[in-house]
Amino acid sequence: MHEIVTSGFLFPNDLHAHWSVMIVLYPYITGLVAGAFIVSSLYHVFGIKELKPVARFSLVAAFAFLLFACTPLLFHLGHPERALNIMLTPKFTSAMSGFGYIYSFYLVIVLLEIWFVYRPEIIRRARETQGPLKALYWCLALGSLNDTEAALALDHKIIKVLAAIGIPAACILHGYVGFLFGSLKSNPWWSSPLMPVIFLLSAIVSGISILIISYWLVCRFTSLKLDTACLTVMFKYLWAFFILDVALEGLELLTHIYESHEEWHIVSRMLSERLGFSFYILQLGICSVIPLIVLGFVVLKKMPDTIRIRLGLICSALILVQVLAMRWNVIVGGQLFSKSLRGLTSYTPGILGREGLLIALVLFVMPFVVMYVFNLILPLFNKETETQQQ
Amino acid sequence: MKHDRREFIRKAGWTFIGSGLYINLFSVGSTLAGPGSCAPQNLFAFIVDTETCIGCGKCVAACRTENSVPADNFRTWVERYTILNNGSVEVDSPHGGELGFAPVSFNKTDIQKSFFVPKLCNHCRKPNCVQVCPVGATYVSPEGFVLVDEKRCIGCSYCMQACPYSARFMNPVTHVADKCTWCYHRIRQGKTAACVQVCPVGARLLGRVDDENGPVARLLKARRLQVLKPETGNEPMVFYIGLAKEVH
Ligand code: SF4
Ligand code: SF4
Repeated sequence: MHEIVTSGFLFPNDLHAHWSVMIVLYPYITGLVAGAFIVSSLYHVFGIKELKPVARFSLVAAFAFLLFACTPLLFHLGHPERALNIMLTPKFTSAMSGFGYIYSFYLVIVLLEIWFVYRPEIIRRARETQGPLKALYWCLALGSLNDTEAALALDHKIIKVLAAIGIPAACILHGYVGFLFGSLKSNPWWSSPLMPVIFLLSAIVSGISILIISYWLVCRFTSLKLDTACLTVMFKYLWAFFILDVALEGLELLTHIYESHEEWHIVSRMLSERLGFSFYILQLGICSVIPLIVLGFVVLKKMPDTIRIRLGLICSALILVQVLAMRWNVIVGGQLFSKSLRGLTSYTPGILGREGLLIALVLFVMPFVVMYVFNLILPLFNKETETQQQ
Repeated sequence: MKHDRREFIRKAGWTFIGSGLYINLFSVGSTLAGPGSCAPQNLFAFIVDTETCIGCGKCVAACRTENSVPADNFRTWVERYTILNNGSVEVDSPHGGELGFAPVSFNKTDIQKSFFVPKLCNHCRKPNCVQVCPVGATYVSPEGFVLVDEKRCIGCSYCMQACPYSARFMNPVTHVADKCTWCYHRIRQGKTAACVQVCPVGARLLGRVDDENGPVARLLKARRLQVLKPETGNEPMVFYIGLAKEVH
């Protein structure tokens, strides 16, 4: 147990942060889902051909993160065994009650899309393998081995439709997570109509960043050939979305400062006394300014590919940190000042324990394990030159 | 083959929509049938007189005993405000005021005024906590009391974030949301709340608003009363006599 450091007058029930690092992780993982899905949709719906090498991977990544998006919540709930009540006996005045539905809807869309995208591959394997493997692929194909040209063309259409539905669904999923916080009028650091938009944009940039880094790592440590054009396009989108993201975050802060509502004095004290490093130095400083400028060069200036890739990777890593810091600063920051508006408290996550950093780390790593296992059954990347129409 | 697949997709689609509808109807039904479905009438109001409270903390202790409130958590507490001549405001509430207050450390001549403010759940007419509870565990009783159903609460803490008054806490024993009930169990037995009963100076009053001759209804009529944080739109049902602008 870390000691709680307080200053000023706190309401006696405001000593502890109710929402722990698990609730920081929850929007972080959900954000990765939304971002990864948007990348796959850029290929499937908007026909950005350069993204083909990561089209499948991004979809599976979205799925893997989605599988674990809710787990931090389960570790947080006082009564996780009642979690399903959110869907069974929801109260629709609550912003939280919709999550189960939005989440399940999205999961179905992503699963369906993955199935259709992988269908030719599954069928091929169902035909080429023997024994239990054949049975596995036959089951995965749901018994339908029809891969005539007409069938594949239909698949292709369905994929497009699913991807198209998936885009607003992804936006809703993540915008909604922002709404969970933004709609709480009791908290001056959260309550803002900009919150859903900021959450959405930061989700997209974090999703693109994690794809960039994972793709590069996979190529580095396997025989897969890195597609520079693909990375370059991802850098471009990353830069564009990041500009919007930082601009909105900046505008929100500016509005707070300029309006200087009654509550602002305590929020600004909280920011400087409690989040000086994670807010001013990480979120607004290093991890925003460097990627903004350097990605600009990476995208606009001519330079050798190796340097471009290296710089882009550094920026992606910084952006991942920026978004994590932003989640922390919003969620933890919103609980570091008392609603008495007169005092500050502190929060340090434990290492062990149900809501500790260790579990958080495990939950964050799990999606990658899922991707690894998925790759054993169906390839995340196309190694050979592709002939399949996806 | 192609038809098979179409058929399969079609069936799967209908099953999906069908099960969704089923769950929805089921849940809407159970929400309506659950507690809080009766139109709340706000039959009761609570009046706190900050001009008479002496900060003895007996109410906090009585509440703890009556409701088995775990240590370090508070269903009610008392704050002390000390306003100095230079305009600065000092607030404290050691142990929620449960043990009373030690004399202030300021020079008497520097103090402009000092007073106590007891706090508790406001049983708001438009309670944020009820609005945000995802499973309807926080609900409004037919008499207008805002209550928590311990068997339904999933322990998400959303209500604690939403209450502008920090009247709620996570009960470390039951792992569900907890807060002042205005001693609903006692009211149902025709008694008054434990804190009201124990207050030696009558600084706390709980009673029906429609009982013309009752003290609460009379005070509501006769006095100009304030509520805490009216800007939140929660419409609290705890009314204060002599609330200073420094109090949030
Ligand atoms: S004071 Fe807080 S807990 Fe009580 S009814 Fe109002 S919003 Fe709910
Ligand atoms: S903690 Fe319990 S009462 Fe509060 S919002 Fe969550 S489920 Fe409802």
